[in-house]
This record gives sequence, C-alpha cells and structure tokens, in this order.
Amino acid sequence: MPDFLLQMAPALRWALLAVFALLLVASSTIALLGVRYPGKDWRELKARINTWWWIVLVFSLTLIGQLHIALAVFGLISFLAFKEYLTLSNTRQADHVVLFWAYLAIPLQYFWIGISWYGMFVLFIPVYMLLLLPMRMVLIGETKGFLQSASSLHWGLMICVFSLSHLAALLTLPGSPAEGAKLVFFLVALTQANDVAQYLWGKSIGRRKASPTVSPNKTLGGLLGGIFTTTLLAWLIAPYLTPLSPLYAACAGVLIGTMGFIGDIVISAVKRDLGVKDSGTLLPGHGGILDRLDSLTYTAPLFYHFIRYLYF
Amino acid sequence: MFNLRTLFVLLIARPVVRLWLGLTVRNADRLPHQGPAIVIANHNSHLDILTLYSLFDLKDIANVRPAAAADYFLRNRALAWFATQVIGIIPVQRGTAKKGSDPLAGCREVLQQGKVLILFPEGTRGEPEQLSEIKSGLWYLAQEFPNAPIVPVYMHGLGRAMGRGQWLPIPFFVDVAIGRVLPWRPERPLFKAEITEQFQYLRKKVVPTQE
Repeated sequence: MPDFLLQMAPALRWALLAVFALLLVASSTIALLGVRYPGKDWRELKARINTWWWIVLVFSLTLIGQLHIALAVFGLISFLAFKEYLTLSNTRQADHVVLFWAYLAIPLQYFWIGISWYGMFVLFIPVYMLLLLPMRMVLIGETKGFLQSASSLHWGLMICVFSLSHLAALLTLPGSPAEGAKLVFFLVALTQANDVAQYLWGKSIGRRKASPTVSPNKTLGGLLGGIFTTTLLAWLIAPYLTPLSPLYAACAGVLIGTMGFIGDIVISAVKRDLGVKDSGTLLPGHGGILDRLDSLTYTAPLFYHFIRYLYF
Repeated sequence: MFNLRTLFVLLIARPVVRLWLGLTVRNADRLPHQGPAIVIANHNSHLDILTLYSLFDLKDIANVRPAAAADYFLRNRALAWFATQVIGIIPVQRGTAKKGSDPLAGCREVLQQGKVLILFPEGTRGEPEQLSEIKSGLWYLAQEFPNAPIVPVYMHGLGRAMGRGQWLPIPFFVDVAIGRVLPWRPERPLFKAEITEQFQYLRKKVVPTQE
C-alpha cells in the first residue's frame, strides 16, 4: 500500500473505500441503463456522476494527512467559489484594485490555519477585511453604490473564504491532520448525504412547501426526512470518525441537517436575486461550484465551533 | 514550432486565461484551424488577444496573427519589439489613411499566406462590456478575400477583469461564444449591421439573464 494510505486512520480508509464503491455502483448502473434504454438521454446524469468522481478525487487529496496539500486544495476551492461569486455579483469598475485586495485574503486566511494561529483565523476576515476593504474604497473616492459594493464584497468573502476555510481548520483541530481528516470527512459526507436525503424524502413524501418563494421544490417532508436520516447517519458513524458521544453525535446530525438546508436556500436566494439558475458552469451536471458548496457554507463553521467547544 | 509566440501562449496566455480567469467556450469546433480565415471578436481588454490565442491548439499558433493598433503598440521600441515578436501583432494604422499608405497591407499579407487573421472590427477597446461601432476595414478586406470565412467570436467578462486603463488582471470567469461563418455583403452598412447583430446574438448566449 502507498505511504499516504497507511498513514490514514483505518476508519477513514474504509469510509473512503465505501464512497468509491458507491461511485462505482452509480457509474455501472448508468452504463447498464444506457445499454438497456438507449433511447433515453442519459448525458445529464452521466455528466453529474463523472463530476462526482472528480469531486471525490480532489476532496480525497485533503484527507491523506498532508496539511499543505489540503490547504492548497481548500484555498483553490475558496478561490473558485469567490471568483464565481464576484462574476455573478455586480461589482463596480471603480473597485478594480479593491477586488485584488479581497482576493489576497484567500492565501492569508489559509496561511493562518497553516501556522495554527487560531485568533487570527477567526478575526482576519470578519474584522480586519471588514475594515480594510472600505478603507481602500474610500481612498478611490467613488461614493455611488458604495454601501452596496462594500457589503456585497465582504459578504462574498465571508461565505466563500471565511466559512469554507473552517473545513481546513477542522483538519488542524485535533492536533494531527490524519485525525482531523476524519472530522472533515464526517462533516462533508453528512452534508452531502443530507442534500441527497432531503431530495429523496421530498420526492416521496414532500407536500407542503418549506420555502415557497426562494426554493419552490423544497418541501417540509423533505426537510424533516432529511434531518432524520442525517441524524441517524451521524449517530451511526460518529463513534468511528469523531470523539462525539451518542447524544452529541445526534445533535451534530440535527445541526448539519437543518443548517445544510439553510445554506442551500440562502445561496438559492442569492441566485434568484441575480436572476440566474446556476451559479456557474464549472461542474458539468451540477452547475457552478457554489451550487455544490451551498450547504457547506453553513455547516462548516457551525460544526467546527460545535465540536471545538465540546471537545478541543 | 516552439517560437517565442508559442511559448508566450503556453507560459503566459493560457495560464492567465484558463487558471487565473477561467474560461467557458461554446461551439469551440467552429473556430477555423487553417487559413485563410478571419476571426472577428469584440474588444474590451488587452486580455482579449490572450483569450483568443488560448482558444487555438498550440501547433496552430504559428498560423494565427492578431491585428492591433500601430499607434498604440508601436509607440516605443521596447513595446514594439514585445508586441510584434512575442505577441505577434500585425500593426494596423488607425484613422484615415495617409495618401499612398495602405493600412491593411499587413493583414492582406497574412491572408495571402493562408493564415488565420484575428481582427477587432470595433477598432478600440471602448467601454467595458459594451459594443462599439464596427469599422469599415473588415469590409474591404473581406471583399478581397472571398475564400476566407469570417468567424465571429464574442467574449464576455474581460472588460471587468482588466478594462481600459487597468493593468492588474482580476479573476473573473470568462464566457466565450463562437458563431457561424458570416457572409460578405456588397452593401457595406448591411454587412456592418449583420456583424453587430451577430455579436448581440452571441452576447445573449453567454450573458446570464439579468433584469
């Protein structure tokens, strides 16, 4: 076995193996269906699953216990998400240089995590970038659209960089990246499973709309079924991947289930406001990268502080 | 094959456009690989040339030449060397031509050699993400080379990434749409109107539905 696999915690190795097995099943099912029913158009579904392979492969890079690789991957994800956000939002031509400073926050934020400077990691974007960006804008002197511009720029940084960087921070929380990787996997797997579970429950028992104006397809049945499934899953796998007690594991499941839903509809509201269906075209079959990360923008910081408060 | 221009595309144009910015291309197969052909594009940024270059295969770069303003790119010796040798521009005199000089001589030569000519028919970068009026040079050139197909390319997002007067490319995702071959028309205003119309049609395809 290659070195990096040996360094992985055995539970994580099994968990990843299960995910790859799931992908294999999905891919072969689609291939079989394509042969069985050649008349139907399977391209969208195929693209979706092929993209899942890429997502899982890239995500696996963050779990092999190499902090620097993980920081680079998460930094790149933040970069792509923030770029997608800025491309969608209405930036002012006058703020050209300000956007550069905002981008600069990305490597710095991951650097603080790399040197384990917790205080700076939690302060940097919420306080220092909050103060720095308007300062730079004032020096340029354009006042028309100032408030709108300053606030939407900072909101983007908070969601795409600050929130998501908690994934990397989770990696460093228990002391060694190999241990932290289990927490990251727990959070990401549950958040994604929650998305799928809410969708499936919604299809089968969903009737009353959970959020009619923002996301008309989301139902109360889907939401509750999803939370139930996620809580059950959390309770089942937490003993292998986390220090959480059974009660706290269930709490984490409820937290991820509810807040994953909120993250999803918050990004939906942003897209609806801007008049787009998908946040981008980066992930064929899924849409943009923010379409995939929407739930995580809420669950990552919340789960991080939940487990940090209780155990670290 | 690995001349300065190809290296420039490999080491600068492609990394900037594909990694720093990020590129989505619609109908990439409509791009001509062999000349003579005229690729026309809207113009908002210095990054436009880099973006158009990165649409082509590396092996085709030697056969692709962008036309660019002589008054701008040849204004001093260092820039002139960089523009003609590294970026490989074909200098074009803008404005009313002086008697006896032919502003399109360089472009004609490129097409005679059977290469792909990149032309910005608006002639200038203009306001970010706005189309300007189409200049007449293209009409004259296309008249002389009926065998050279005119392929329109619309690029969205580059004026935001680095517009006029800006020197720092800020990352934004860029959308490019390539249209079908445009016919030449004997009536010049009609020809120009059709080009503007085609750019507007391509713009609708790439610009997210706002308002």
